[in-house]
Amino acid sequence: MQDEPTPVELLNAVAEFLRNDIAPQISGAAAFKLRVATNAIDLVVRQLELSEPRAADELARLVKLTGESGTLPDLNRKLANAIAAGAIDLRTPGLADHLWQTTMDKLAVDQPNYASYRRELAGEKAST
Amino acid sequence: MSEGFAADLTRCVTAWCAGATGVARLARLSGGASQETWSFDILHPDGDIGAILRRAPPGYGAAPERAAGLDAEAALMRRAGAAGVPSPPVLHVLTATDGLGTGFIMGRVAGETIARKILRDDAFAAVRPKLARQAGAVLRGIHGLDAATLPALRRVTPAMEIAELARDYRGFDWPRPVFDLALRWLADNDPGPARHDTLVHGDFRNGNLIVGTEGIRAVLDWELAHVGDPMEDLGWICVNSWRFGAIDKPVGGFGAREEMFAGYEAAGGHVDVVRANYWEVMGTLRWGVMCCGMMQRFRTGPDHSMERAMIGRRASETEIDLLRLLAPRAGG
Repeated sequence: MQDEPTPVELLNAVAEFLRNDIAPQISGAAAFKLRVATNAIDLVVRQLELSEPRAADELARLVKLTGESGTLPDLNRKLANAIAAGAIDLRTPGLADHLWQTTMDKLAVDQPNYASYRRELAGEKAST
Repeated sequence: MSEGFAADLTRCVTAWCAGATGVARLARLSGGASQETWSFDILHPDGDIGAILRRAPPGYGAAPERAAGLDAEAALMRRAGAAGVPSPPVLHVLTATDGLGTGFIMGRVAGETIARKILRDDAFAAVRPKLARQAGAVLRGIHGLDAATLPALRRVTPAMEIAELARDYRGFDWPRPVFDLALRWLADNDPGPARHDTLVHGDFRNGNLIVGTEGIRAVLDWELAHVGDPMEDLGWICVNSWRFGAIDKPVGGFGAREEMFAGYEAAGGHVDVVRANYWEVMGTLRWGVMCCGMMQRFRTGPDHSMERAMIGRRASETEIDLLRLLAPRAGG
C-alpha cells in the first residue's frame, strides 16, 4: 500500500501552485501553454476520482449487451464490431442507454464544461 | 534559421513589390513543422503594407493527402476574390528562385478570427445577428465559381468520405462504438453523389473567417478545398464544435440554419436540407476522427505537445454531439 498523500492530493497541490504562483508571472504563449497544462492535470484528477466505479458499471452493461465476458477494451471492441456489422443497432434494447451513459461518463472526465454535456446533464436532472 | 529566412523574404519582396525597401515586424503566427504562417510588414515609401506569408518550408513540399496544396490555395483565393467572395488579396505566389519553399504572400486583412471573441465581444454585437445569413451568401459565391477556371482538385462523394473516415478510425485501433454507430448511419443514409458538383471550401467555419464590425471580411484556410456536394460546406459550419458554446445557434454560434439557407437562396443557390443535415453528421464524425489523429501524432511524433495530447480528449465531445444527432433523448 502506498502512503499518503494520494495522487489526487498531490496533483491538486501542483495545479494550485501553477495557477497561483506561476500563472501571474508569465504571459503570451507560455501562459496559454500553462493553461493547457493545468487543464491536463485537472482532467487526470477527474479521471482518478471518477473512473473506477463508472468503469465497473460500463463493464456490466457491456457484458449484458454482448453476452460475453472480458476486459473493457475487449468488450468495447466486440460492441463496436457488432454495431459496424449491423448485428446491434439502436433498436436493440439497452444500446442507446449504454452509449449515452458511457459518453456522459467520458465527458464528465474530458470536458465537464462542454455545452452539449451540460445541456444533457440538466435534462437528466429535470427528468429524475 | 531566422536571419537567413528574413534575408530571403526581403529579397523576395523587393523583387516583385515595386518600391518596397524591406520587411519588418516579422512574427510567426502558427503552424506545425510542415506549414507555417508568418505576419510581417512590407516597408514602402507610400506606406507600409501588412502581409501574411503561408508556406511549406523547403523540403516540406508535398501536401498531405487531403490538402489541395498551397499553390492551389492561392489560385482559389484569387478566383474567389475576383468573383466577389471576400478574400485576402494574393500578392505573390512563391517560386523556386525565392528559396522560401512553396506558398504565397497575401495582404493582411484587419479584423477578428478568434471565434469566441466574435461570439462574445461587444464590438460584434450589432453584426452577429447578420452573420448566419452572410455566411449563406458567401458560401453561394464560393459554390458558384466556374469549375472550368479552377485548379485541379480531388473529387469527394459521401461514399469516399465514409471510406476514408472508416479507414482512419480503424487505423487508430481504439474502439469507439459511437463512431461505428455514426459510420453505419452514414452508410445507411448515403444520399449518393451530388447532382451538381461544385467547388467545396472544406473548412468554412467560425474560426476561419475574418470578421469586422460590418460582417465577413475574408474567407481563410482553403487547404481542404475539393470538388463535391455544396451542401457539405453548409453542414460543416453547423458542427457543434464550431458553435463555441452557443449551441442553440447552429451556424457557427451566429444564428439559425434557416437564416443561412435564406442567405444562400437569396444569392441564387438551392438548399437541400436533408443533405446539409447529413453532412453535419459526417462533419461531426470527421472532427472526431481528426481529434484522434492529433492524439496519434502526439504519440508517434514529431509533434509531442501537450496541446495535441489534450485535443485527443476532445474526441468525446463529438461522440455526445453524434448521439444528440442520431439518438436524441427527451429533455436533451
